[in-house]
Amino acid sequence: MTVRLQSDPFAPGELLAAFCQGRRDVGAVVSFTGLVRGEGETTLALELEAYPGFTDLEIGRMADAAALRHGLIDVLIVHRIGRMRPGEPIVFVATAAAHRRAAFEAADQLMDYLKSRAPFWKKSVDVTGERWIEPRPQDYQDAQRWDDAPAPDTLEDRK
Amino acid sequence: MRVLLFGPLRDVAGWRERTLASPPPSLAALKAALARDDAALGQALDRPGVQAAVNKAIVRGDATLCADAEVAFLPPMSGG
Repeated sequence: MTVRLQSDPFAPGELLAAFCQGRRDVGAVVSFTGLVRGEGETTLALELEAYPGFTDLEIGRMADAAALRHGLIDVLIVHRIGRMRPGEPIVFVATAAAHRRAAFEAADQLMDYLKSRAPFWKKSVDVTGERWIEPRPQDYQDAQRWDDAPAPDTLEDRK
Repeated sequence: MRVLLFGPLRDVAGWRERTLASPPPSLAALKAALARDDAALGQALDRPGVQAAVNKAIVRGDATLCADAEVAFLPPMSGG
């Protein structure tokens, strides 16, 4: 399980290729790449602030919980911080499991968490100035789906 | 004692990190000292959803502080 916050850009394809390499017990790898979305021509940049040593630990805790819940074999989360431009990758999540359902659902859950509850502070910079952004109501609702749902029977299956 | 501000709090205060030579003994005392220094920051720290972390762990309510503590004030988190 790896969580990495970095200010340098990353290449999603390379991360995915490396994540898949040399695995014999994995039947499914799901990956998600989030890009900085510009709104029209006005968005100049996005600035993401983290609390190093806290943000990565919190994300790691969540990744551990998701791995246990879905019975994952491995997880990789790479998140950019600092200033990014529209079109650049901002987040990469890869999940590895024996079968596809667990990998899909864990990636979905991790992204819902990362988009709404992960300890980041986000600022958008456009031609009119800068403003801090809060999650959309939809992001909170997406994250809540996992609070109420019973965990799958993965742990039972593995006994 | 190190005090860290994140997100919009940093804009309100105009600083990101400060080392206090005479560290207050508790979180409440620290907040009171910051508010005395800067009323706008004091108000911002009292807004709902602002959390405090001592040595990178969230604390609820008041807490005693060691002289070498790192105290961070975290406004509502935006996600990535």
